[in-house]
Amino acid sequence: MTTDTKAGAPFAASPPLPESGTGTPVPAPPGGARDAAIVTRGLTKRFRGGQVAVDSLDLVVPRGSVFGFLGPNGSGKTTTIRMLLGLVTPTSGTRELLGVPLAEALPSVGALVEGPAFYPYLSGRDNLLRYDAADRTADPRTARERVAAALDRVGLAAAAGKRYRAYSLGMRQRLAIAAALLGPRELLILDEPTNGLDPQGTREVRALIKEIAAEGVTVFVSSHLLAEVEQMCTHAAIMRAGRLVAQGSLAGLRAGEVPRVRVETPDVARAARVLRELGLMDVHAGEGEVTASLEDVAAEHANAELVRAGVAVRGLAVVRPSLEDVFVELTGEGFDVDG
Amino acid sequence: MSTAEARVAPPGAGAVVPVARPFAALRWFRSELGLVFRRPRNLVMLGVLALVPVVVGVALRIAQGEVSAEGGAFAQVTGNGLMLAFGAFAVMLPLFLPLAAAVVAGDSIAGEASRGTLRYLLVTPVSRTRLLVTKFAVIAVYCLAATATVAASASIAATVLFSPDGMTTLSGTVISGWEMIGRLALAALYLGLGLSALGAVGLALSTMTEAPIAAIAATVVLSVAAQILGAIPQLDVISPYLLTSAWSGFDAVLRDPMAVSDLRDGLLVFAAYIVIAGAVAWARFADRDITS
Ligand SMILES: Nc1ncnc2c1ncn2[C@@H]1O[C@H](COP(=O)(O)OP(=O)(O)O)[C@@H](O)[C@H]1O
Ligand SMILES: [Mg+2]
Repeated sequence: MTTDTKAGAPFAASPPLPESGTGTPVPAPPGGARDAAIVTRGLTKRFRGGQVAVDSLDLVVPRGSVFGFLGPNGSGKTTTIRMLLGLVTPTSGTRELLGVPLAEALPSVGALVEGPAFYPYLSGRDNLLRYDAADRTADPRTARERVAAALDRVGLAAAAGKRYRAYSLGMRQRLAIAAALLGPRELLILDEPTNGLDPQGTREVRALIKEIAAEGVTVFVSSHLLAEVEQMCTHAAIMRAGRLVAQGSLAGLRAGEVPRVRVETPDVARAARVLRELGLMDVHAGEGEVTASLEDVAAEHANAELVRAGVAVRGLAVVRPSLEDVFVELTGEGFDVDG
Repeated sequence: MSTAEARVAPPGAGAVVPVARPFAALRWFRSELGLVFRRPRNLVMLGVLALVPVVVGVALRIAQGEVSAEGGAFAQVTGNGLMLAFGAFAVMLPLFLPLAAAVVAGDSIAGEASRGTLRYLLVTPVSRTRLLVTKFAVIAVYCLAATATVAASASIAATVLFSPDGMTTLSGTVISGWEMIGRLALAALYLGLGLSALGAVGLALSTMTEAPIAAIAATVVLSVAAQILGAIPQLDVISPYLLTSAWSGFDAVLRDPMAVSDLRDGLLVFAAYIVIAGAVAWARFADRDITS
């Protein structure tokens, strides 16, 4: 299996990426820290009161990837991100960002953690200037320029002088992303960046993330939306109840899932029998259609056999497995079950 | 293109470690100072502090002649204008001044936590020690500004309302108006530092909650409770260790010669409170989980 090709040429020099379709978390490769943007080993957080929010997490985020950190609400995504950024002390385990100690890595990391947070009575511009002033590595002479550029980039140039209090939810979210883009970054850690956005805002944020990633910045983005990760990301890790279920390139994750074939026909019973005889598994006969797991049978071969058996085929399609299928396969439950 | 654009990191190349810039600490301190001094609530408090001496002065002016032979600091005001400032300090020490210090100090960390801005400051990154030191520096400046405001407002009111020529010290000697202003400045400095010590306590309390109002209330309650304890004669043994008792030592500047050793003792108490409260704040905050 080759590495995911979506990332294209800029990442051709990247090391072999961890891939997994087996359902077991991939152990961190030895010496992976240098080439990985994020590496965690056995990262665990048990909150006071005994709740284990994150359980022995072994995560490897390759440099240059757009890494989707996927999990239902309450699965431990935000807690993991807080540990990565040094806000929460792990109960056990280690984590490394950009291959250097945390304090050295953080100036090159832009972050959005659990929603935007700003001073309500300051303007968007003054809020960004305030965060910039707190950054000892930021050049004060270019502060206004950088703030203006960041605001412009997220489409807030016109609202720069408005008080944060008067911002809409979408504007607040974009201001938080602007704050994450204030300095030169090698890694962006975005916790549910499209939360609370309308469809238009969601599209804009996704486009922005792709644009940033195209510049070579590693983007680690958490989400509880399967479709979102499938659209934006080159890699993903799937969390469930604090544990890592799987991680790897999207192609690698899906590889464990056998594609299904969907046959539209008025001849449901006969079609189902033919497919079973061909060796297809998990055959479901529905209303005017039959679906089945292709196993290693080629779709065109199945089609030929159906026609030969006199089944009237109106349509035939191969259904690529979605991340949701992967999740259901690995956990035996639907994605949105636990809260 | 724009400077906000992220830098491209060649794969495999180690992270370029950004270095701290000169005067970065000063830049952030000024930014934090601006936040506190631009905040309407904090300005209103300074305004009220400025108003009290004026109100007292006007009241005394109106009452002039009616009351004459009563004791206390205010009895001298009509004869020695600048005495108004010391009287104002005495009136505002029980509640107004500690309240002003408590509001700014109690809000310092808890306010950031409740707003959520604390997590963003820490990932900027700002080290937790640097955060505490900067916040305390801002609190101290606000406390000094509070006492300076009272002193300035009282001096101006006294000059307008009464004759500000030489005045009688508590020791019975007469000193010039200019020397009096010097001593008033000294008293404002002394009390400003005394309030800063309370501010350090408020800062420590502020690291323990995500509700600023809780930290503010706790700080005020502590200051009032300490004053009550200090007023109970049977508890005289603990009085030297109470921050609030050290505050009232400011009248040492009104003796002739000045009771320098009293001031020094008070400053030692302030320093002790700042060190202990700072240590508590650091111990509580250095590895606290930030889940706000
Ligand atoms: N401060 C805390 N104290 C105790 N439990 C917490 C705390 N923060 C989060 N949790 C618990 O940890 C689990 C994971 O939460 P979180 O990381 O916020 O999940 P997600 O971001 O994936 O929705 C949840 O069950 C949550 O209730
Ligand atoms: Mg979350």
